[in-house]
Amino acid sequence: MMLRVASVEPLSPLVTKFRFVHPDGAALPLFSGGAHVVVEMPDGEMIRRNAYSLVSDPMDGSGYEIAVRREDLGRGGSLYMHTRVAEGDLLGVGAPANLFGLDLRARKHVLVAGGIGITPFIAQIRQLTRLQLPFELHYCARSRSEAAGLALLPDLPQVHVHISDEGNRMDPAEVLSGQPLGTHAYTCGPEGLVAAMADAGARLGWPEAALHSETFLAPPPGKPFRVTLARSALTLTVGPDQSLLEALEAAGVDAPWLCRGGVCGQCETAVLSCHGRIEHHDHWLDDDEKAAQTKIMPCVSRFQGQDLILDR
Amino acid sequence: MTLRFNDETFRGDYTYHNSAAAVRRFPFPFDQDSYMYSVNIEPHRPTRAGSVFEHRFDVDEHYVAEMQDRAITLADDPLRCQSLPHMELAGWDFLELVMVCKSEDYPDMFTLHRDGDRWHWINRPLGIDQRFTFMDTSTLPCGPLEYIGRQTQGDHALLDQREGNLWMDAGIVTSQADWSLDFNIGMNFFEWHAPVPKAHELGIFQRALKFLTNVQQGKPSRRLNWTMTVNPRLDTSPENYHKWGPEKRTITPENVGAKQYLRVELQSFYRLPRSNALVFPIRCYLISLEDLVTVPKWGRRFHRVLRDLPDELAEYKGFAVNRSMIVDYLARFDDGAETSAGIFPD
Repeated sequence: MMLRVASVEPLSPLVTKFRFVHPDGAALPLFSGGAHVVVEMPDGEMIRRNAYSLVSDPMDGSGYEIAVRREDLGRGGSLYMHTRVAEGDLLGVGAPANLFGLDLRARKHVLVAGGIGITPFIAQIRQLTRLQLPFELHYCARSRSEAAGLALLPDLPQVHVHISDEGNRMDPAEVLSGQPLGTHAYTCGPEGLVAAMADAGARLGWPEAALHSETFLAPPPGKPFRVTLARSALTLTVGPDQSLLEALEAAGVDAPWLCRGGVCGQCETAVLSCHGRIEHHDHWLDDDEKAAQTKIMPCVSRFQGQDLILDR
Repeated sequence: MTLRFNDETFRGDYTYHNSAAAVRRFPFPFDQDSYMYSVNIEPHRPTRAGSVFEHRFDVDEHYVAEMQDRAITLADDPLRCQSLPHMELAGWDFLELVMVCKSEDYPDMFTLHRDGDRWHWINRPLGIDQRFTFMDTSTLPCGPLEYIGRQTQGDHALLDQREGNLWMDAGIVTSQADWSLDFNIGMNFFEWHAPVPKAHELGIFQRALKFLTNVQQGKPSRRLNWTMTVNPRLDTSPENYHKWGPEKRTITPENVGAKQYLRVELQSFYRLPRSNALVFPIRCYLISLEDLVTVPKWGRRFHRVLRDLPDELAEYKGFAVNRSMIVDYLARFDDGAETSAGIFPD
């Protein structure tokens, strides 16, 4: 659907909040905490599509809000949002989908965010509050000036802020120890934080199924490479700031997708021939599948070598 | 209301019947002259005016009688409707989906007024006029899933999505083809499909799960499934097998056309907004063989499908004992002529 940008509000030097509304004022589909939408950005010849967690109230269909961190070394999607999108613009926004939902069986929810990883939790806090479910949230940032999440977080006793610069760095073991049986913990943030939480959970004997993490990825830029599409009888060059999926779309080749972040498995594509090395960046294929080089996830993965032939 | 509801029963004297119009719109499930499992999923969008695919929740001449039959089954066995505690939100999502769809698709029968959380629901065929507060169960006579399930044809399973799997954590199930909600509750997608022969080896469930976990809001899907039932009985449950199982032995060459029914399930899948759960409505349609063969294409094709079906499928679907009588009956309506593509009558 095409939605209008109703407001653009900087939250910190690097993070800006955008609010989208329906141009006719119609209600938008509601969603669950942790859901994302894919925003379409027409950029010259191509359409960029980036996934962003919704930070608005899941029970409020009057608008969608996202918070975008500017990544100067990324492929350009976040820069586009920061430099080219203004109030009143119309942008394509997909239906909400959730790959990081709450496990509503939990007796208590412990939410741990690092930096911009706060975004999925903003909507989850609203959902948990509405459902009157017990939770606590830990928000970690390096410095107060970088902590854009402070502008998004409600003033609630369950919200704990950890600013490293101010000497109160979060201790994962302290957060996880002493939680009641049946608690689920969710981590979203840099890989180091996700690993530290998983590590602390394992040492404290937490069941694996009670430790969740958002492993959503932005497609990394890389060196350009050539790819041959057997069914379409096409050979393409994937540019340095383009994902393989974006290159397929630019060439008019149909490939299904949902998350565009290496998680959902929709775009899985068979590799017919591979002389070289696939740079697997996804969290969908298992280690054996990655080593076999017979499947690739075009949304995030790339290739280096002589030739790559795909079943598309 | 343009629709007239049948006065009929699905047990005891079995007065269930299809009008000529209901026969023509029956969802015949075979699009070719043979059958093997496939995922056969397509978008659930309005298709063919007058067909069972025209509206999201089909309401037909059996509506009132089916709801009466459900009430009898629930009174005998309250465990036919269960919802694990974390599924109440999904129940509200489902109630909203049905009320919105039915009031939009059948405004003469159903009306929904919403003023914030204060809702007013009118169901004219069942004579219901209910004001309630959305998300406040104390304002309804029962939980949201049971409330709307008692007003919606078909069984409904609410599937929680977590750990890359689907979990059958709630449902209202009184018109099932020999499976039990009470047995399956809490199971995941692979566990509750474990009894199905052949399909596991074909990798069907892996592919189906991948598809289902990615079903998006506003983009429901559907598929048809089928089995055979003796007498037009909705409640062919394991719990009541002692009541309907022995009826399989009452089939004779003389009565097979009248007593043997093709049972078709229109299964659909919707992503629910607030809970991120899936709802899986399983709507049952029944047609006697003698009604089915009034459509010549269906008579020819159904004969060929059943004649050539692998034995284990006839066994699994529970009609192996009567298969030869059924095939002999249908053979009389198969002149060997070619059949047209697709499921609809010529």
